[in-house]
Amino acid sequence: MKLLTHNMLSSKSLKGVVVGYPLKIEAYDVKVTEVEFNPEFIAKVIPKIDYSVLIRAAEYLGHVGKLPGHVPENVEKNTDFLKEVHHALLEVEVVKGDLVCPESGRRFPITDGIPNMLLNEDEV
Amino acid sequence: MSRPEHLAPPDIFYNEDEARKYTCNSRIIEIQTKMCERALELLLLPENESCLLLDIGCGSGLSGEVLEEHGHTWIGIDISRAMLDIAKKREVEGDVILSDMGQGLPFRAGQFDGVVSISALQWLCNLDNSKHGLRKRLDVFFSSLFACLRNGARAVFQFYPENDDQLNLLESAACKAGFSGGRMIDFPNSKKARKVFLVLMTGGVTTVPVDSLAQQSRCTVGKNMKNKNGKKDPLRGTRRDWIMKKKDRFRNKNKEVKADSKYTGRKRSRF
Repeated sequence: MKLLTHNMLSSKSLKGVVVGYPLKIEAYDVKVTEVEFNPEFIAKVIPKIDYSVLIRAAEYLGHVGKLPGHVPENVEKNTDFLKEVHHALLEVEVVKGDLVCPESGRRFPITDGIPNMLLNEDEV
Repeated sequence: MSRPEHLAPPDIFYNEDEARKYTCNSRIIEIQTKMCERALELLLLPENESCLLLDIGCGSGLSGEVLEEHGHTWIGIDISRAMLDIAKKREVEGDVILSDMGQGLPFRAGQFDGVVSISALQWLCNLDNSKHGLRKRLDVFFSSLFACLRNGARAVFQFYPENDDQLNLLESAACKAGFSGGRMIDFPNSKKARKVFLVLMTGGVTTVPVDSLAQQSRCTVGKNMKNKNGKKDPLRGTRRDWIMKKKDRFRNKNKEVKADSKYTGRKRSRF
């Protein structure tokens, strides 16, 4: 699971959970794969993602690099910053671990990089 | 043709065997690729811009590959673990999530620029378990779908509805969740090539691009309405008109038809 996906996942489908965001990561195995850098896409996606959630997740996984605490101005022209975000969003991948719902504490296991968001009948 | 969704629920039907067969079958790959190309066309995304798309029922990532080719980043969800394992093995670029669409999409609001779904929606209507209230599942699915799309984004579903009632049910559930839009059928006159798309829009009024092949319904009747004897027949027109009409009908069914020329419909010369 990439951090881009983590940035969007929420556990609000669970019964009784209102926001269910951000899910806490507990990682046992992390890998880094190279992905083609597309500056336009990253610049477009930055306003949509929750930057503070990304920073916290990257910090936890030890891949925060030179990411600043806040989004700088003129993002489109700041190639160094875009590359850092690209690395954190698309190249860092959690292979094995758990996602934990912040409200109910329900764990969603990640195996082979695939988060299991299936719910039981009584949780819907 | 038997319908696989009648045999077992999707998470059980697509076991390792079935998933492997599905991904190795060149005919399935070809159809999936074509359908995904068409769905992408119907999404009306801004040109030359890479977007963030959601693939519902991504399976082994056959449709995801088409999205990659067009330069988009995608996230896929599917209910079959075996299919997703194959997707991972094939090293698709998109991220995949194991999730049931009938339980609601696990995403926060306003994230995706578009949604594609290739032959998956019919599985949602499959009632394998009486505990699953169909209507409730549909409502949960469509409202969570509406929420995770950004304003103005579209969702395009290609699927195989069992009958008109099912199609109407899906349309009304989507409408209830706030979507506008509706069905779009390619090759409506052919049993084999007929493809149903549900095109859902979240806002604004836009047009639907017509498929280049399905569009080829040239009208040739009207100019020269003469019959065999050279006289005008108000019902059938000339012999040539009749042949051209018949060729059009076959073209609409996506069958092989000889090209039109000035000799079309002429009698052979006698020696």
